[in-house]
This record gives sequence, C-alpha cells and structure tokens, in this order.
Amino acid sequence: MRRLAALALASLPLSAPAAELTASFGPEDAARQATVRSTTDIAALGPVIEAYLDTRPNTRILYEQWGSNDLYTLSAADCVAGQAGADLIISSALHHLVDLVNQGCAESYASNATRALPAQLVWRNQLWGVTREPAVMVYNRELLAPEDIPRSRFDLLDLLRPSGSRFAGRVATYDIEDSGLGFLLAFSDSLEATTFGGLMEAFGRSGAVATCCSAEIIDAVTAGRFMVAYNVLGSYALQRAREEERLGVVAPKDYTLVLARAAMIPHGAGSASVAGDLIDYLLSPAGRDELEAQDLIVRLGEEDGAPIEVSGAVETIERRIPLDPTLLVATDDDKREIFVHRWRDAFPQVE
Amino acid sequence: MAETRQVKATLSLKSRVAIAVTSVLVLGGVVVLIAALAYGRQAAREAYDRLLLGAAADIAGTILVHDGVAVVDMPVSAFELLSLAPDDRIRYRVVGPDGKTLTGDEAVPLPPEKDGEGSTFYDGTFGTEPARYVAFTRRFAERSFSGPVKVIVGHTLLARRELARDIAQNALLVLGIAGAAMAVFAWLVVSRALRPLQRIGAALAAREPTDLTPLSLSAPQEVAGMLASLNGFMTRLQRQSVATGNLIGDAAHQLRTPVAAIRAQAQLAASETDPVKRNRIVNRVQERAAGLGHLLDQLLSRAMIIHRADSEPAAQLDLRDVAVETLEACDDLLVQAGLEVELQLADRVVPVRGDALSLTEAGKNLLINALRHGRAPIRLGVSDGPTVRLWVSDGGGGPPAGSAATLSTRFAGAGRSGGSGIGLAIAREVAEGHGGRIRMNHDGARFTVALELPRMSG
Repeated sequence: MRRLAALALASLPLSAPAAELTASFGPEDAARQATVRSTTDIAALGPVIEAYLDTRPNTRILYEQWGSNDLYTLSAADCVAGQAGADLIISSALHHLVDLVNQGCAESYASNATRALPAQLVWRNQLWGVTREPAVMVYNRELLAPEDIPRSRFDLLDLLRPSGSRFAGRVATYDIEDSGLGFLLAFSDSLEATTFGGLMEAFGRSGAVATCCSAEIIDAVTAGRFMVAYNVLGSYALQRAREEERLGVVAPKDYTLVLARAAMIPHGAGSASVAGDLIDYLLSPAGRDELEAQDLIVRLGEEDGAPIEVSGAVETIERRIPLDPTLLVATDDDKREIFVHRWRDAFPQVE
Repeated sequence: MAETRQVKATLSLKSRVAIAVTSVLVLGGVVVLIAALAYGRQAAREAYDRLLLGAAADIAGTILVHDGVAVVDMPVSAFELLSLAPDDRIRYRVVGPDGKTLTGDEAVPLPPEKDGEGSTFYDGTFGTEPARYVAFTRRFAERSFSGPVKVIVGHTLLARRELARDIAQNALLVLGIAGAAMAVFAWLVVSRALRPLQRIGAALAAREPTDLTPLSLSAPQEVAGMLASLNGFMTRLQRQSVATGNLIGDAAHQLRTPVAAIRAQAQLAASETDPVKRNRIVNRVQERAAGLGHLLDQLLSRAMIIHRADSEPAAQLDLRDVAVETLEACDDLLVQAGLEVELQLADRVVPVRGDALSLTEAGKNLLINALRHGRAPIRLGVSDGPTVRLWVSDGGGGPPAGSAATLSTRFAGAGRSGGSGIGLAIAREVAEGHGGRIRMNHDGARFTVALELPRMSG
C-alpha cells in the first residue's frame, strides 16, 4: 500500500494526472450513472458503449480516456485514499490492474458471464479480460517487397542484421517507459523467448526508434518514416489497415502475444452494479459482436485475404498473456529498473 | 385380549439400537470433524508454508550485488509458484542489512524475532485480511556488501482454508459412508438377533391353551436364559395346575365316601325311634364328622403347601427350629394321647433354605403319623450331614409293605382309618418342593421316616 502511495505522491507534483479525453453517453438526467476510466480510445470503445445504452435508456456513462501510467497512478492514489474515482477501470496495462487487485483495491463481482470466462481471463472474481487483441508487426507495403515482409521475429532480425541495412533507424516500437502497454508487451516477450535479447541488441545496433503511442507509430509507418513497427496492438493496426492500403499487418509466426484488456471495479465504487452490468454486456454475445466490429476482438484467421497476415497454425502461435499474479513481477521496482536499464542500452533516450 | 393390552410396548429394540448407533456416529462425527479440521489446517499450513519458502528462496537466489548495491532480479518462477494458491493476494519485501527496503512493499510486517537465522514463518495481515509470511535470510559477504538480506514473502489464506475445508469434507464424507454402512449392518444384525424372540412368540401363540410343556427351541445364549426362565415359569404353572387338579380330585374322592356315610347314618338316625340306638348312631355321626374335619384339615394344609411352594420366597433357616416348632404344634395331640416325644437335635446350626411353615407342616404330618400309627418310644430329630434330615422314628414296623411301595401315589393309605397317606403325601410334596425327598427305613427294631433336604452351603 505504501508503495502505491509513494508512487502516487512521486508523480503528483510533476503533473496532476488528467484525462486525455472525456465523453458522456446517455441522457443527462439518467437515474443510473457510472464513470468508466480506460486506456482505450473513445473512438474505439464509444460505439460499444452506445450500443450498450441502446437497451438501457435510463443509464448514463461518463467516459474518461487515460494514459496507462497515469491511470495506474491515479487509481492507486484513489485506493490509498479509500475512495473510488471511477466505477469501472479498463486498461491494456494488465500488470497495473493485477497489482491494484493484489493490493485489495478491487470489488468482487460474479455473474454467469464472468463465471463462463476461461481461467486465464479472470482473477479472483475481480479482474476480467474483455477483449482479444494480438500484438502484431505493421509494415509499409510500398516500401517492402513481398519477400522482405517479416513473418516472424527471426525475419525481422535478419532484416536488421546486415550493416548498412536499409532498415536501420526505420523500425519502431513502443517506448516502454512512456507506455504501460509497451512495457507489458516487451516484458512478456522477455519471458516468452530468448529471441527478445537478440532483438533488443539488433534494435540497438540498427538505431531503432522507441516512441509513444499506437496512433503515432502507425501514422509514421503509413507515411513511410518507419518501414516496420514491432509490437503494435492489433486492434489499432487493423482499424487503420482497413482504410489504408499502404499498411500491412503481420502476426509473427514464431509466436503472437494475445492480450485481453482487463476490467476491474474499484473498491467502494458508487455504481458497482452498473459497472457489473456493463461487464456482463461486454462478455455477452451482443457485446462481443460490438467489440469485434470495433476490432477490439480480433480472431487470427489463416485464410487468404484476412486483414492480418498469418503464416502457420493459429493455435500454435497464439500466446495469451494470462491475468495472474506472475504479472506482479512486471511491477517490481528493481525488476523494472533492470529491465528499463537493458532497454535504454538499446534505445538511448532521444530528446 | 385383555392380557395382551396390559403389556405396555416400550421403545422397540431396533429404535434403541438406532438411537445408540446414531449417537455414536454423531459423537464420532463431531470428534472426527474437529480432528479433520485440525489436521486439514495443519496439512494446509505445511503445504503452503513450503510454497512460501520456495518462493522466498527463489527470490533470494536472484539477489545480485553490483557496485556495492544489492539488486533483486525478481524471478517470475517465484510468482508462478505463489500462483499455485490461485486466488490469494501476494506480498513481498526484500530488506537489506541496514533495514532499508530494497524492493517490494514497505508495509510488509517484519518477522517477530530480529535475528532469525534461515527462515521464520509468522502470521500477519494484508490490508484487512489475515495473511501468512515467511522471512528467508540470505547472508552476503562481499567486499562491497555484507550482511543478511531478508526476503519476506506472504500471501492471504484463501487457498489454505479451501484445502483445509477439502480435507475435512473428505474425512466427513468417508465418515458418512462408514456411518451409513454401520447403520445398515447394525440394522441387519439387530433384525437377525431378534428373530429368536419372534420365533418364541410364534411358538407360544401357536400353542393349545392347555399346553404347558416346556418350549424346546434353540436360542442364542442371551435369549436362552429368558427361555429357561419361561420354561421354569411354565413348569411351575403346570405343577400348580396339576396340583390344583389333584387337590380337587382328592377332595372329591376323599370327601365323597365319609360324607355319604354321614348322610346315611343321619338318615338312619332320623328314622330310628329307639333312643339308645339313635344315640349310638349320632355318636358314630359325630366320630365320622371329626374324622372328616381332620381330613379336611389335611387337604387344606396340602393345598396351602402346594401354594406356598411356588409363591413363598425361600429363607435361610435352622432345621432345628423347624423340629422344635413341629413339636410345639403337636403339643395338644401329645397331651391327648398321653405320649412323650424324645427330641434329638444336632449340636450346631443345621442350615437349610426353605419355607418354615411348609417344613413345619411336613414335620407335623410325619409326627402325627407316628403318633397315630407308630409305637412308643417316638423320637423327633435333626441330623446334619451332606444332606440334612428332619426325622421321626417309632418302635413300630411302619406302614404295611404295599402301602410303603405306593407311597408316591396320592391315594396311598387313604382309608377308613383316616389318611396317613395324605400326611406322607404332604411331606413328600414339601420335600420335593425344597429339592429333597422322603426316605423311609426300618432297621428291624425301629421305623424311621426322614425328610432329607440339601444342606445350605456357606
């Protein structure tokens, strides 16, 4: 608890965390009202919430979009203060939510829908995985010949290996310090295979760029500033790829991390029942359809013309990031320091 | 019908056994439940303590000293181990030699003893929940870094409780099954054990009303005792019934002749005009009536003895007292006959178990027989020995040979002279009622008749 408090205090004086964007759905005079804080873009989750409210005319949802680290800091501070600023928290930085649940900051909720979830997607009846998003590589179709398209991490390593490779400086990935999701994906990579060490080394040698935010990275790939982006969340990539011919999306065939955005109800939430109802909706067939329509549920398909290119059997390449206490390691101070240190060796801070 | 209604049926044996078995099972169940809970808690504690220790040792193994600073490269394997308690919240803290927290949650409680070597388990809390912690100490002796580093790992108790509950539940399940099996077996055994009783009941119900012969059925030891008692009871009933029948028969047989004789004499007297003859007849009627009175006395005394034999509880007696009592009862007869009776008693107590009144009556009948039919000198005595004897002897030759031989029949000696046979029969019945017998002996000079009874031991 004190660690959370320290964390909260440490970041407060720098900049009081604020929501990136807010929006409200439903009538203003609704009898039931709930606040959702999420790292998901309003553009992505907004239509799902509207669909949810279609059948619930008396409910209003306030939606706040947050950066994952700010959301973690704020929620931890709320928990220490014994108050709940939101009724539902949805974050892609699963390790943050696992830590919050571990600290006892979550409210329990169980329904038929949550009970039907596989064990990997639920923890303690306090944390539920609601989406299904693979971590993919995106590339610029105009800049890469078909034979150059990296199908796996080994392919990417091979592209970066030659000195004077044309990929040098034109491969991007999330900055793990800026993005909780980036840290989680990199950390999961480090647990999954030794490839990650080689990849980091190759990134460092070739001057790869670590930067922030899905949208920026994908824009840069589209514009041709980067040729390949590694570990981009499939949901964003897919949405853009549908509109943008130049953008190609590949699920690495050595393994593809599959992440389920997690939802939790903060302890003491005033509208926990609305939050529970919303979770049930997100897990219901109707909710799944809406999420799929927003590319928040992505199924890798092997057939030709699938938006995400997959080579190899889907079952053998998918690696779910499970919602369990092992993610606590990702929030350990020393561990994070060691990991970031190694990361910084590869990606010197560029200002 | 009226009799059966008087038998009040209390709780059935099956119900009693059921209650007993149930209470044993419930009591046993409580004991086993407590034991199982305690055992389950102990087993769960040991299992999950090992888990904690494994995780702590795992973490301790990853502590690296780099430039004089200890850094923990937190291993995922430790958390995978802790995830074996899937729903428990986890807490850890690594404390350096200077007491500063290297990594982890600073709010994690330290072990109670400061210098715990190796590992220490202790209870604490995690937020509002109870939790269990282990502190594992690793000592460093580097040039730049030395001293103990404590790795503290703890978690909440959900998995422990569930395991303990599982163990207890399984134990109870086994107990329940065993209990049900025991109950079924008990039911079968009791049903089987009670079958002899039903057989006896059926055998009794199927009997003719007059059939009082003993039941000959095989039965378990416990029931055999009851069956023996029942047979004994029926034997007594049979004896009483036969005795009563005999008494009525005897009375009818013995009274018919004298009464008819008296009636004939009385008719004779009524029609007799001669006063002298009539006086003679009246005298005869008087004599007969007196004889009839005596006969009646004997019949009634016999009836009484038969009754007492089965109804009076036997007491411990001194047979010499019986002899003295007998003599006193015949006092007026002695005076009437002008005879002396010589009393020969043993020096010490002659113990016997029996009914004083019946024995006295038997002795009286023997003495009266001697007075009536024997010759002086008459002696009454008690002698001790393996069997004790109350005897009467006289100088006569005893009853005629034929009469002595037929002593066992109840009409023996019944004759005009007035029933020495009944007296003997009474004595015999008393003797047999006391487990003894009548023994008659003539040694040439004297005739002795003795009531032989078993001596009371102790």
